[in-house]
Amino acid sequence: MKDLMIDVENVTFRYDRREQTDALSSVSFKAEKGKWLSVIGNNGAGKSTLAALLIGLIQPSQGTIRINGVALDEESKWTIRRSAGIVFQNPDNQFIGATVQDDVAFGLENLNVPADQMRLRVTEALETVGMLNYRTADPTQLSGGQKQRVAIAGVLALRPDLLILDEAFVMLDPRSRRELLATLKRLKTERDLTILSITHDMNEAAASDRILVLKQGHVARSDTPAHIFSEETELAAPFSERLRRLLLKKGRRAPESYRTESEMVQWLCD
Amino acid sequence: MAMRLRLDHVTADYQIGPVRSPRVLREVSMSLQPGTFTAVVGPTGAGKSSLLKVLNGLLLPQSGQAEIGDITIDGKSSKRLLKAVRKRVGLVFQFPESQLFAETVEQDISFGPLNFGAHPRNVHALAEKVIAQVGLDESILYRSPFSLSGGQKRRVAIAGVLALEPEVLALDEPTAGLDPTGKEELLSLLKQWNKQNGLTILMVTHDMESVARYADDVVVMEKGRAVFHDSMRKLFEDTERLEKWQLDVPDARRFQLEFEVRSGTRLPRVCLTEDELADALIEVGRV
Amino acid sequence: MNKLILGRYFPGDSLIHRLDPRAKLISGIAFIFISFLAKNSQGLFLLWLFTFFVMSTTRVGFRAFFRGVRPLIWLILFTVFLQILFTAGGTIYFNWGPIKISEYGLANALFIFSRFVTIIVVTTAVTLTTKPMELTDGLTFLMRPLRILRVPVDELSMMLSIALRFIPNLLDEMQRIMDAQKARGAVFGEGSLFHQMKALVPIFLPLFSSSLNRGEELANVMDVRGYRSELPRSSFRRLIWKIKDTVCMLVILLLIAAFAVLNLI
Ligand SMILES: Nc1ncnc2c1ncn2[C@@H]1O[C@H](COP(=O)(O)OP(=O)(O)OP(=O)(O)O)[C@@H](O)[C@H]1O
Ligand SMILES: Nc1ncnc2c1ncn2[C@@H]1O[C@H](COP(=O)(O)OP(=O)(O)OP(=O)(O)O)[C@@H](O)[C@H]1O
Ligand SMILES: [Mg+2]
Ligand SMILES: [Mg+2]
Repeated sequence: MKDLMIDVENVTFRYDRREQTDALSSVSFKAEKGKWLSVIGNNGAGKSTLAALLIGLIQPSQGTIRINGVALDEESKWTIRRSAGIVFQNPDNQFIGATVQDDVAFGLENLNVPADQMRLRVTEALETVGMLNYRTADPTQLSGGQKQRVAIAGVLALRPDLLILDEAFVMLDPRSRRELLATLKRLKTERDLTILSITHDMNEAAASDRILVLKQGHVARSDTPAHIFSEETELAAPFSERLRRLLLKKGRRAPESYRTESEMVQWLCD
Repeated sequence: MAMRLRLDHVTADYQIGPVRSPRVLREVSMSLQPGTFTAVVGPTGAGKSSLLKVLNGLLLPQSGQAEIGDITIDGKSSKRLLKAVRKRVGLVFQFPESQLFAETVEQDISFGPLNFGAHPRNVHALAEKVIAQVGLDESILYRSPFSLSGGQKRRVAIAGVLALEPEVLALDEPTAGLDPTGKEELLSLLKQWNKQNGLTILMVTHDMESVARYADDVVVMEKGRAVFHDSMRKLFEDTERLEKWQLDVPDARRFQLEFEVRSGTRLPRVCLTEDELADALIEVGRV
Repeated sequence: MNKLILGRYFPGDSLIHRLDPRAKLISGIAFIFISFLAKNSQGLFLLWLFTFFVMSTTRVGFRAFFRGVRPLIWLILFTVFLQILFTAGGTIYFNWGPIKISEYGLANALFIFSRFVTIIVVTTAVTLTTKPMELTDGLTFLMRPLRILRVPVDELSMMLSIALRFIPNLLDEMQRIMDAQKARGAVFGEGSLFHQMKALVPIFLPLFSSSLNRGEELANVMDVRGYRSELPRSSFRRLIWKIKDTVCMLVILLLIAAFAVLNLI
């Protein structure tokens, strides 16, 4: 088995002691290095809470979290954040720098990276997300999708091993979204980057290596897309699976289990 | 009832501090028939939100004019006139839950009607009516809007606009950030109001699935211009122009195009939903 | 709300735009002192001449400066009237109890008025042509000596730059919320004072809660991106002192010299 990037064991968290329910309760899962893990679940299922725990913004009341083999605590979180980054759900409140390039450089400044090296990395990161032309723009004046790209660049500039994305593509139009996903996939293989992506887009989830399904603070399921979409029929599904289910319902010939879109087309052609 | 919306060569920009922004709407002309469900699509920054603001009198045309039924707004319209327009065109902003402020949901919903001079005695019944319309339980009226889930807040905010009893409902990306179930529910509600009550709906969205399944007509915005306004099907049949405007196609259509290339078989028509696709595949005997 | 000009940056590429923020800050501060050197009519003339020179060099347009002065106009007029009414000396033109309009009073008022307006105009010229972050950089640099006194200069400058980021955000947010409530029929700036105050509740409550949220989220972002005030940080931006900055300082020195000469003769 490959090394583990994320190892969460029995984690429980509650925002307020007065509340009756835990935001997360007894959550356990693992993510191997260099894999893409999608986290799905309804509004309020605890996805953002999980992300905040993984980056050490909040501490679990029970259980342990290991990132790249290191147990996460108040001390180790600073070391872990040198190679792990997060893009938050709301792109409006994520900017510190007054220009795009200043903002991307913020994390590097904190690591005391020398100025000329910083320039190089900032340029590289902005190029990756296709925002190099906007490097002197004011981030608050950008459209939602552009803001999300800049936020992603800010993390990529750190050359992280772990990238956590909390619905980081919702503001992008579908085309830019696909382009950015492809770029991140490429980085994933080139740099052995691990990606944990929270999403409501089932097509995106279907294209990942594994899916974690959260339901009211519990892990309902953690498996490959193929298993999850074949077996969890009450879950919203990607297009190929919707078509397969429909064909079955109409009593027609259909593949016996989940197929990706490309496989489904192939199946129809045969 | 039948109130028509017409834009006549509307050009508009924003005042930012000491400077004016570049034009965000350029010579936009269009005419919306009452009772239609129209989607507004286009890349980010194309002026979709600004278009809605013009129809609601929040952004005044610099030149040209907007006709909302028998009211005409131009650059010099009075506050009173604009208020009358806002009663007719209900505008739901992006992430409308951020504008909730009152102690209870009922008070928040009543805010609009009271502003428009509704009698305090009648607003309770109105609040009960609209909260049911958005598919929420009456008991929610007495809770604080801040104690609700994201999806519930969104619905309450929409109820607050419905309470104005507008003839046109304009919504800016109403399903952004909702989970798949919440999204489906909200869209079906909109469709239902459109079909049963004849409410004219104008909805900005990036999601071509919702366009294909719910909209009658589509407006395509590009760099401040309305470059297309016709039936939804016409738009998706025109692969070339879709490409030019960098617009996506619905999942089913994308699947169909891929299938046609790889199998060499052409399906009898353009398919926009899985139902249409399944039927077409059955027709050509593939399944 | 959007008409507020103070602290706004006006994008441009004029000579003044391209000056180093340190040069502009020093010049701006120096000008405040210089304006007190104007003691006779030639001095007054020179003061205005320099001010007009600065205004036209920014290529921002006089209207923008006029807007900068407008919010303070009542304060200025009030001070001017006090000067006119309560300064005695020289020929007396009008006398009524304690109130005298005298030659000295009028002259004093004219000087005060000129000082006020030229200082506002010149400092506005600095803020209009300098990006907020450049201002912060310049200030940080100029405050460096205070480090010896254990003043946390870097943290102050971080706070300042974040505050500067926050203000336009807050104004935009306010505009958004106002629009949203207007769409629900709210009308602002009409009716009795009580009515107007009441109309603000639907703006300030959401604005307040969203600012709290924003503040918290911003703090979280700084935290996860590894900001720790106790550790040394490198800096992405660098200030480069150019020849034109030296020239700018020379111009200021020249101006001081000119006033010195005018006051001697
Ligand atoms: N700061 C907070 N204080 C108290 N409760 C909170 C806080 N943040 C979230 N919650 C609650 O914790 C639960 C999980 O919220 P979380 O934000 O993790 O959901 P999510 O899965 O990210 O939802 P969404 O898809 O809407 O983003 C919800 O019931 C929510 O109301
Ligand atoms: N309040 C404002 N002040 C100044 N400029 C604005 C304002 N709102 C929008 N703009 C500018 O107007 C243009 C059109 O913006 P608009 O919000 O209408 O686009 P949109 O099509 O809704 O984009 P998106 O899909 O990102 O929501 C953009 O260039 C934007 O920067
Ligand atoms: Mg979330
Ligand atoms: Mg918009």
